Amino acid sequence: MSSVPPEPGSAKPDPILVVDDLRRRFGGLVAVDVDHVEIQRSSITALIGPNGAGKTTFFNLVTGFDEPDAGRWTFDGRPMQRLPPHRVARGGMVRTFQLTKALARMSVMDNMKLGAPDQRGENFFRALVPSFWRAQEAEVEARAESLLERFRLTRLRDEYAGALSGGQRKLLEMARALMSDPTMVLLDEPMAGVNPALGETLLAHIQSLRDLGKTVLFVEHDMDAVNEISDWVVVMGEGRIIAEGPPEAIGNDHVVIDAYLGSHHDAPATLEEEQRQLDELTEATARESE
Amino acid sequence: MDWGLIVSETLRAAVGQEAIVFALAAIGLNLHFGYTGLLNFGQAGFLAMGAYSTGICVEYLQWSLWAGVGVGIVAAIVLALILGLPTLRLRADYLAIVTIAAAEIIRLIARSVTFGHITGGSSGINGYADAFYELNPLGDGTYGFGPWRFDDNRLWVLMVGWGLVGLSSLVVLLLVRSPWGRVIKAIREDEDAARSLGKNVYAYKVQSLVVGGVIGAFGGMVFAIGNQSVQADNYGTATTFLALTAVILGGTARVPGPVGGAMILWGLISFTENILRQASAEGLLPTAIISGTQVGIVRFMLVGLALMALPIFRPQGIFGNRREITFETR
Repeated sequence: MSSVPPEPGSAKPDPILVVDDLRRRFGGLVAVDVDHVEIQRSSITALIGPNGAGKTTFFNLVTGFDEPDAGRWTFDGRPMQRLPPHRVARGGMVRTFQLTKALARMSVMDNMKLGAPDQRGENFFRALVPSFWRAQEAEVEARAESLLERFRLTRLRDEYAGALSGGQRKLLEMARALMSDPTMVLLDEPMAGVNPALGETLLAHIQSLRDLGKTVLFVEHDMDAVNEISDWVVVMGEGRIIAEGPPEAIGNDHVVIDAYLGSHHDAPATLEEEQRQLDELTEATARESE
Repeated sequence: MDWGLIVSETLRAAVGQEAIVFALAAIGLNLHFGYTGLLNFGQAGFLAMGAYSTGICVEYLQWSLWAGVGVGIVAAIVLALILGLPTLRLRADYLAIVTIAAAEIIRLIARSVTFGHITGGSSGINGYADAFYELNPLGDGTYGFGPWRFDDNRLWVLMVGWGLVGLSSLVVLLLVRSPWGRVIKAIREDEDAARSLGKNVYAYKVQSLVVGGVIGAFGGMVFAIGNQSVQADNYGTATTFLALTAVILGGTARVPGPVGGAMILWGLISFTENILRQASAEGLLPTAIISGTQVGIVRFMLVGLALMALPIFRPQGIFGNRREITFETR
């Protein structure tokens, strides 16, 4: 990625997700307005930006959970626009949610098994005859066991998912997303509400996904986490991609700092501006004393 | 007071025709509400589909009763599709609004003068189901033991009815223990999670609505054929809510829940009615409080009190799992 210029919309050597002219409006508010962005295959890309920058809306749009006003995007070379979310997931792009969606009144094991794709027993008529799906069910269970082992959730396998702690739910959700062996995983704030020790484990899991050749795109506010694991950082502000680059460069980018802290936060005020602010203050005090 | 009679009437009611009808309605509702999280408030409409299909096929179309049973199944499927296809993509509340309205529309059409030549209007269709009783393998006489003594025709209805209850419960049991059942439970817990894992939520909701509706239609057929009568006002909103009561009483998302719930509900209704009737007849109740004619209404008040005790002392229902209901969903 060293050859990639650190600028918004830059071309990647081997992009898996390519998004063009993506727009989403909520009434008068333009939530997402992305001209062009590419996500590199088998890498970890962090999507950062202040609250309301459109990160989650961007996730919702590319995974089919929300419909854009305009735009087109390809995943692994296939056009994905207007596909319903379950088709996007079947295509190999699986997401998690900012507010964890553990299925509370189902066991941890059932949560995991749900993630497996192409299950014969999910067809209504075949469901009625267990011999059609028993063998596959055993395979699914074995796969779930090994993932639970990897995420150290084995001892909770028969527990209701609703009884898990917030951090354990995050782990479960990530493990469940991996049941389908997706090509790309989109994680919406995987670290939110997770204690630091478990956070380190989560980061290690995300890194191991890349080592398995998977592409990871994640939204995160914790800059330490972003710097620690990401290969590339994309910054959104007011719906647009305002900066891109390797993590070490992005922290010093003035556009990024402006987006988070407001523009001209450290620039000295001009004489006129100072005078205007002073006038406003005097006026306000005068009104109050009346 | 004749307590022996009260107890034996209660025990009879627990296995009686009403218990069967409401068990079937409740099994369907349990699949909708308990397992898939669908708010179907129009189960009575599905019962009406089953009941009127048999009646109309025999009396108006002059077909056989068995053709009517087939038509009833198809009618329930069509009703589920009409109600489900436009609403199941929307939030859960829309299905509730549409189903409760649709069931009332069906009832009002059935009892209207305009369609009276087909549906029998407010007097309904009566004495049409002889074909069912001709198949009765039992000879004339009374069968059974203890409080459960029935004449041959009554017993024939109960046998077929409980057979249907058993069959429907078996189908639901197989479904909810399969991967298909896992998907509908996931939809109940969180639709978006199911979508994010590649499940076509809409298709599963439609399937669930159809299957539960068809089971409800069987309830309507038992009701109509057992009484040899189809009456529009038997399919009002009260029917839906009594069936829903049976589901909650027995325990939602439990296969035996709706069956046990319906038996207890009708046992309870019979119990309170018999106590009140006897007490009233023996002058134990001052007429200033209840007259004999008010018993029918007051019994439902007492049943209501008993049902209020349930969520207080056993919120998970008779067969429910206490741990399961402690988790907040959504």
